[in-house]
Amino acid sequence: MKELMLGNKALARGLWEAGVKFVSSYPGTPSTEITEEAVKFDDIYCEWAPNEKVAMESAFGASLAGRRAFCGQKHVGLNVAADPLFTLSYTGVNAGLVVVVADDAGMHSSQNEQDSRHYAIAAKVPMLEPSDSAEALNFAKLAYEISEEFDTPVLIKMCTRVAHSQSVVETGERKEFSKTYEKNIAKYVMMPGNAKRRHPIVEERTKKLIDYAETTPINRVEFFTDELGIITSSTCYQYVKEVFGESASVLKLGMINPLPVELIKNFAARVKRLVVVEELDPIIETHVKSLGIKVEGAELLPRIDEFSQNLIAEKFGKKISAGVTLEDAIPARPPVMCAGCPHRGLFYSLKKRKCTVLGDIGCYTLGAVPPLSTIELTLCMGASIGATHGFNKMLGKDSESKTVAVIGDSTFMHSGMTGLANVAYNQSNSTVIILDNSITGMTGHQQNPSTGLNIKGDPAGKIDLESLCRAMGINRVRVVDPYNLKECDAAIKEELAAQEPSVIISRRPCALLKTVKHKPPLHVDKDKCIGCKSCMKIGCPAISMKDGKAVVDQTQCVGCEVCSQLCPKKAFAREA
Amino acid sequence: METKNIIIVGVGGQGSLLASKILGHLLLNEGFDVKVSEVHGMSQRGGSVITYVRFGDKVYSPVVDKGQADFIVSFEILETARWLSYLKDGGQIVTNTQQIDPMPVITGAAEYPANLVEKIRAKGIKIDAMDCLTLARQAGSQKAVNIVLLGRLSHYFKISETAWQNSLKANVPQKFLEINQRAFELGKNFSA
Repeated sequence: MKELMLGNKALARGLWEAGVKFVSSYPGTPSTEITEEAVKFDDIYCEWAPNEKVAMESAFGASLAGRRAFCGQKHVGLNVAADPLFTLSYTGVNAGLVVVVADDAGMHSSQNEQDSRHYAIAAKVPMLEPSDSAEALNFAKLAYEISEEFDTPVLIKMCTRVAHSQSVVETGERKEFSKTYEKNIAKYVMMPGNAKRRHPIVEERTKKLIDYAETTPINRVEFFTDELGIITSSTCYQYVKEVFGESASVLKLGMINPLPVELIKNFAARVKRLVVVEELDPIIETHVKSLGIKVEGAELLPRIDEFSQNLIAEKFGKKISAGVTLEDAIPARPPVMCAGCPHRGLFYSLKKRKCTVLGDIGCYTLGAVPPLSTIELTLCMGASIGATHGFNKMLGKDSESKTVAVIGDSTFMHSGMTGLANVAYNQSNSTVIILDNSITGMTGHQQNPSTGLNIKGDPAGKIDLESLCRAMGINRVRVVDPYNLKECDAAIKEELAAQEPSVIISRRPCALLKTVKHKPPLHVDKDKCIGCKSCMKIGCPAISMKDGKAVVDQTQCVGCEVCSQLCPKKAFAREA
Repeated sequence: METKNIIIVGVGGQGSLLASKILGHLLLNEGFDVKVSEVHGMSQRGGSVITYVRFGDKVYSPVVDKGQADFIVSFEILETARWLSYLKDGGQIVTNTQQIDPMPVITGAAEYPANLVEKIRAKGIKIDAMDCLTLARQAGSQKAVNIVLLGRLSHYFKISETAWQNSLKANVPQKFLEINQRAFELGKNFSA
């Protein structure tokens, strides 16, 4: 049946058709929907793991047990899971193991623009790269065949434009698959003696995979002319086709590691001008050059940001339209914390106390933008706590009395716990604030080990944050409601003053959760409002100034009352 | 048929994903090759968002570039102005006139430009500017702004009313169908 399908959904469909039985992932844009779609198939066991490393290890366990298995993550997630990946390359698999890594060229929702193709090369595992939804579905199925035939995990590299674009797919049926587990110490116990014997097998496997790359139909030549030949892959293929149609010949690579040799040499020999069109790092270009072939790439195309058809057309000297613009300056519209966001009150309190706030990954990163402008560091999952510890150790009392780490509940579960263990163990007088909105917010509401629900929303094991922190050796653990500014302020003041590590849990569910019941919106009594803008300090998107008075957007306000706590004239009220 | 391009722009959280879903479903059923490209994640938190819908005999790129959009469908007038350069020469705009202040305006760092509809019209651009929020409320829910816009867009398509209705039915929960059908009609019958 023909269907219009999101790339990530198509990939999940491919997993199902391939007979996959086990999926474990940690959410991360643009990879999240693969797992959210996979869970809709009853014959796949799906779960959210606390982080990508655990997800990959769990998926490998399922593969070892003889069932086809999968884990998916965003590019930076693979940094976390890199440890098992590199040695899984040595052990190989039992049933097929496929790993998606979703890159985010253009950084639509990421902290860096790393190119995950380097991982395939470094870990010596094959990597496939679909260019639309149909390929996402088919490559997922093919990846399991490659995984089992060559005894290796297989990476599939998605990117934002493939993951989050819908295109037409043809769906098929599910084929069940299972193998038995057999004890094999030489293959699976990677102590030096065994690993030494596995490494040559890896090198031999790469040679066989290069042979495979020469003839696999997913690496294909579309020959139209000898004037211009373009080697490309992924979404860049679509841009190239859009710009050139049949006026350029194309070598379209569906397998990006290892790269073919003869196929490229033959294609290069047939064209007068050869160009590689690839986003981010010059991976294909470097390979082509290593074969002694003259090729253009980095000198023509940028090595940063994502491409588009206009960019490619322009770089190849074609005329493009710039479109019409108005003379007015158009104010930017950066993302903001939602109206009623429970993080807002807490950040206001931190700003008021002039705290140094070292942040983490999540919606609350938006605490760095005006007017709150409070967060001073965002690095990677869990870094807030480690960085605060090191910062305090070096700067001592001055820093300890005003520096806090802020980290979300899901991020804390992901990799904040080890940071807190370090604070407790090595006794830095650090204050950690867990922003517990009881969900993984930024990626669109996924459960985590502290919410008490599993991926299906059914009851699950629940880690109690207070008990966990105490068990780690933190004596001062307290819970505040971020809608209550006085309570927040008192907690921050007291815990920063305390002469030992402390944890403040700022607890209130995300305002966007469907289970949250909101109060009716507030409005401003114009007679009482003096236009002092006190309420504007919290950066609520529902409040603006009209004719010198504050007004509340009734479509956005959820009645959290943080603004009314700032109003000196008690001008905020509800309709009687 | 040459590929047609639509961009749907607005403020994160306004409901553009449902609009693109309905359009995609409709166009696929009409026998076109279709691609729809969305933005998830960070920018959904009240940022400026754009969704691309492309259809024709064969569609390659999932995105629309500057100077290429046959239609701009906009949930908010500042966003219409922001993405104006994406409009093709002779293209049509269907926009909500609602104003949502972005944070730099709220904080006083920038000003919300005045009379945007008039300024766009002065460039000789075809623009249907509708108070969709009022029309949506009239239909029964302020959340139906997206369907009001689609109703107006349908006016420019040679696609049967039945096909639009089928796509609405397939993508909107049953209990909101009537509200959305009214919203669609109000948009469709809008006259400037």
